[in-house]
Amino acid sequence: MKMTTTVDNGVNVEALLGARQALTDTPEAAQFKWRATCSWVRGTHSRSSVEKFFGLGSEQSHKTEFKYDADHPAIFASEDMGATPVEYVLVGLASCLTAGIAAVAQNRKIQLRSVKSTLEAGMDLAGILGIDSDVRNGFSGIKVIFEIDADATREEINALVAQSQRRSAVFDIVTNPTNVTVEVR
Amino acid sequence: MSRNGTSRPGTGTTDVVVIGAGHSGLAMSAWLSAHSIDHVVLERGEIANAWRHERWDSLRLLTPNWQTRLPDYRYDGDDPDGFMGSADVAQFISRYAGFIGATVRTGTTVRSVTRHGDMFHVCTEQRGWRCQAVVMANGAHGIAQVPALAAKLPASVRSLSAKDYRNPGRLDDAGVLIVGASATGLQLADEIAASGREVTLAVGEHIRMPRTYRGRDIQWWLTAAGILDQRFDQVDDLVRARRIPSPQLIGAPRSLDLNSLTARGVQLVGRLVGLEGNTAQFSGALRNECAMADLKLARMLDGFDALAVRQALDISAGPERFAATRVDETPRIGIDLAKRRIGTVIWATGFRPDYSWLREPVFDQKGRLRHHGGFVAPGLYALGLNFMRRRKSSFIHGAEDDVRDLGSHLVGWLKQSPASRASARMEMRAGI
Repeated sequence: MKMTTTVDNGVNVEALLGARQALTDTPEAAQFKWRATCSWVRGTHSRSSVEKFFGLGSEQSHKTEFKYDADHPAIFASEDMGATPVEYVLVGLASCLTAGIAAVAQNRKIQLRSVKSTLEAGMDLAGILGIDSDVRNGFSGIKVIFEIDADATREEINALVAQSQRRSAVFDIVTNPTNVTVEVR
Repeated sequence: MSRNGTSRPGTGTTDVVVIGAGHSGLAMSAWLSAHSIDHVVLERGEIANAWRHERWDSLRLLTPNWQTRLPDYRYDGDDPDGFMGSADVAQFISRYAGFIGATVRTGTTVRSVTRHGDMFHVCTEQRGWRCQAVVMANGAHGIAQVPALAAKLPASVRSLSAKDYRNPGRLDDAGVLIVGASATGLQLADEIAASGREVTLAVGEHIRMPRTYRGRDIQWWLTAAGILDQRFDQVDDLVRARRIPSPQLIGAPRSLDLNSLTARGVQLVGRLVGLEGNTAQFSGALRNECAMADLKLARMLDGFDALAVRQALDISAGPERFAATRVDETPRIGIDLAKRRIGTVIWATGFRPDYSWLREPVFDQKGRLRHHGGFVAPGLYALGLNFMRRRKSSFIHGAEDDVRDLGSHLVGWLKQSPASRASARMEMRAGI
């Protein structure tokens, strides 16, 4: 049992629970908008950045602008200046689930020592290359394997991972359809 | 009790109007009679109406007969471990009405309930009632919830709610998509698959529960562990607790889970999340939902085993664990309704109470009744809702404790002076 020591995963659960209560009482403050901008560099290389977002009823900002290069590897006849866009989806999923595990563990008073994950997504290029119209462009599936060292039983760790999936935004985005509207100005 | 007033049109006066002559409305009537409080029970149809007219044919209670009881009244048949069907429940409730000598105004549909100063006005199709208090005991299952995306179903597919469904014989021979994996969804999937039709079951969050564990009915364990008596003010997340779907049980001496449906040939898919043309889209989170339900079941059984040791319970059978829920390596995330020959979609997506006649500002932004353990507003009470005061509140045997709590409060409320009632209403308005 882990009763006496203080559990610290670096997650401020009180603040999260406070935010949950506050946003339940003021649903309009819970309306967020996440944004990114992207510019083509050359070839398949592009550079995206994120900085501003909207939430709690007003404009917000990260403490700095974050930039991301995306490209494709040399076997696609590209210059490999960054991760592929689909790899960014894996990055998003992994980091979302991992953040969720930390938050849920803190709430359940479970001390984490390490949380590592490996993600693998299958893709049949016959889709994006237009070779077979029955094959989808996207992933055929995503496999995530977690290795977690924590002060908890195997069942408690499994429950952490399960709950983080249920609360994860990116898990929801990749498992459920989303309307996407693209316009040209 | 006497009928107050005459049958001519107009407005009668009484202390309390109880809306609904199901088990909880009748139990409240018995309480009020025992405290010599003048009241009327209004019933849109006949006693136990929903049990007579709004249930599928094979439905049986999820609670065994030994558990089915009302204040001073219990099952006295020769099958305590059996499960009542709808007609049995209707008869049980009707006999209770006779036992307590209830006077019920049947065929009396409430059109509106409003407050005018110190009094409530209850309007029915026949006449009105002025009263000091209203008890809404019209059931938690008034409206079968159907998600908005049902409107996008192709016209060629028949759409049925769990209230409309009666038996497999009334369906055509085409395949059936059942949306929802609570007790309702599983029971319908089970009998429709057994009738030879192709069944696809859309599974979201669900509660897996065996019928028996270590030789005892699961309701025995839930009672012994104090889970059914858990109070609404003692749970961490009440909003969530009230939303939990009914456990995967059937009123029969057998367990019913997703594995038994898979064995019957039912195809499991994730939660229904979209309908575009003929294509139904399902969540890719099915594996996680099943893993979660398996984990929760194991935790519950761990708790029962610990309870057996702690209380030295006389149980000869040892602990057992159930096979993990089997899910395809790649469950389908899209189905073409036409290609799969799905002719009917059945929405087993839950129920909510019907308060469309209640003209008072007592609803939250999602249109749900706001209440604190059944107290809605001064003089206005609810009964029989999910986890209203206790986890068992929506069960037949849950009425006894809730009626005692709310009935005691109601008797005290009627004795209060007009001045103290006015201040209670002020506090309510100020949100105190």
